[in-house]
Amino acid sequence: MFYREAGQLKSSYAGDEAIFPIVQDRWAMAVLLLFVFGVLPFIGTEYFYQAILIPVMVYSVAAIGLNLLTGYCGQLSLGTGAFMAVGAVACFKLATAFPEMNLIIVFVLSGLVAAGTGLLFGIPSLRIKGFYLAVATLAAQFFLSWLFNKVTWFQNYAPSGTITMPPREVFGFVITGAHASAEARFVFCAIVVTILALAAKNIVRGPIGRSWMAIRDQDIAAELIGYRPFQTKLMAFSVSSFYVGFAGAMAFALWLGSVETAEAFDINQSFQILFMIIIGGLGSILGSFLGAAFIVLMPIILTNVFVGIFDMQAVTAKHIEFIVFGGLIIFFLIVEPQGMARLWQLTKEKLRSWPFPY
Amino acid sequence: MSAQERVFNETLLSVENISLSFGAVKAISDVSFDIKKGEIRAIIGPNGAGKTSMLNCINGFYHPQLGQMVYKGAVRKQMKPHETAANGVARTFQNVALFRGMTTLDNIMTGRNLKINKWKTWLLAAAIFVGPTRDEERVHRAFVEEIIKFLEIEAIRKTPVGRLPYGLQKRVELGRALAAEPELLLLDEPMAGMNLEEKQDMCRFILDVNDEFGTTIALIEHDMGVVMDISDRVVVLDHGSKIADGTPDEVKKNQDVIDAYLGVPH
Ligand SMILES: Nc1ncnc2c1ncn2[C@@H]1O[C@H](COP(=O)(O)OP(=O)(O)OP(=O)(O)O)[C@@H](O)[C@H]1O
Ligand SMILES: [Mg+2]
Repeated sequence: MFYREAGQLKSSYAGDEAIFPIVQDRWAMAVLLLFVFGVLPFIGTEYFYQAILIPVMVYSVAAIGLNLLTGYCGQLSLGTGAFMAVGAVACFKLATAFPEMNLIIVFVLSGLVAAGTGLLFGIPSLRIKGFYLAVATLAAQFFLSWLFNKVTWFQNYAPSGTITMPPREVFGFVITGAHASAEARFVFCAIVVTILALAAKNIVRGPIGRSWMAIRDQDIAAELIGYRPFQTKLMAFSVSSFYVGFAGAMAFALWLGSVETAEAFDINQSFQILFMIIIGGLGSILGSFLGAAFIVLMPIILTNVFVGIFDMQAVTAKHIEFIVFGGLIIFFLIVEPQGMARLWQLTKEKLRSWPFPY
Repeated sequence: MSAQERVFNETLLSVENISLSFGAVKAISDVSFDIKKGEIRAIIGPNGAGKTSMLNCINGFYHPQLGQMVYKGAVRKQMKPHETAANGVARTFQNVALFRGMTTLDNIMTGRNLKINKWKTWLLAAAIFVGPTRDEERVHRAFVEEIIKFLEIEAIRKTPVGRLPYGLQKRVELGRALAAEPELLLLDEPMAGMNLEEKQDMCRFILDVNDEFGTTIALIEHDMGVVMDISDRVVVLDHGSKIADGTPDEVKKNQDVIDAYLGVPH
């Protein structure tokens, strides 16, 4: 009975509308934040930041972005990779064209450029739904990849075809470039992720989130009670693309440092992020984090177990990874479409009544 | 209820010579009737008579090929559904059309969508939440809580509606329509599939809404007992045409109506 809702009666709606209405959840969140900002920056190794923590954060933002569109608004997209590429390229172009520009502004503008692109590619959603819309977003994926590859202006005419983030500081700390420490990049990522996740949670629990879910669950009824499907979907496309583009800029500037756009943000990325939200939980911000963490960590853990402990060949381990992956996706699609977030919620419900289940 | 006849003068909606067809299927042919402000108007008829199609025309989901609607004194051109909603028309559906992934509370909150101040809840304000958006949410939450109390569904406030039994879903759907504070409320078989007790509750809610808020109600219903009890006037459709129109007593005695319900061939 550690975890109780009973007895915590809400005396007003104000208490009820909090993100974490239950005291234990608020404590857990506080402890988590304290750990992320107070402990992690001092104990990690370079590998830990670069291979685990930073990618988890970057992918969490991308997964939140896709979840807003697909999980909350019900519009399937396979163009996530391309919108990450837009964010990355915009970040590169802005940072190199305006060396004086504050890095935070560069990131926000990169997100906005992606949002605009997303808006454009969201227009077909007026006419087409479901599978066909997914195909249209797939076209966006291939078109944008091709564009960034073909038009060398996007790489500042670099013959290698790669874009590299110049060094930049935020509040006196070097955050990007070869000399930025992993700790500094991690802390910056963590701050950004916290703010973006909070904003996303706020959006989905308010009127905008309700309009998205209404369109997702019953688009005709939604229209008949006054929602405007087209505007609502376009809003979802652009907000989603803002997050995805922001994640692309983060992946480029804070994680990889130097990328070949078409390769780093290809169709596989789109699917990876889709798997994250399926496994983590469609229509859940928490699920976006769980899914991102799971998909970043699983291959690392499996490789360590198979290669390290069972002395398997790396190739074999990779194959097994694919099998586990496929199995999990099928499992979640069939058994628990609401993903790990739902499993977590069920555990909490069990705990709530423990030790007296009825 | 129908014992003391109520009198209404002002016409809220007049349906004039409406015809609607889907290819070769004539769903409605040349139907006219009016709905007075403040009354409970029933639309009845056998299956496939065109009742649902008529509601769909009224709220702009279907566009009739012929005829016109005069709503609140103005001839209404082809309106989009969200425009009719903005003009005070709300409805429930024959096959419950709730947002299944959302809670009862959120579903009813969606009914407030046109009342919520867009400026106080625009994207950036919503992302920050604290401040204008939260204040706005509280105002509408308070309104919705009144509806929840009225419909006696406090206990299922936080339950995703997909998990609710059918009868309760219909009640939540009524709540969502009421949240829009409609002038004209269209109810498509609000009591279908309910047991006696649930039907009595629903009748009480409908009468109370009409009584307390003066809401004009047009309802489709198959249960004749209910129709005769709660409606002021009844229009009867059969095979897309109007065959009778009048008080419940008049309609009950009408030979065409009796034939239609007994399935006498035309
Ligand atoms: N969208 C549509 N496309 C084609 N035909 C339609 C459509 N909607 C209704 N119809 C046809 O119009 C006729 C009237 O249907 P409607 O649903 O209005 O009947 P109803 O009176 O509501 O019947 P019920 O009591 O079964 O609900 C039927 O023949 C139906 O098949
Ligand atoms: Mg019908």
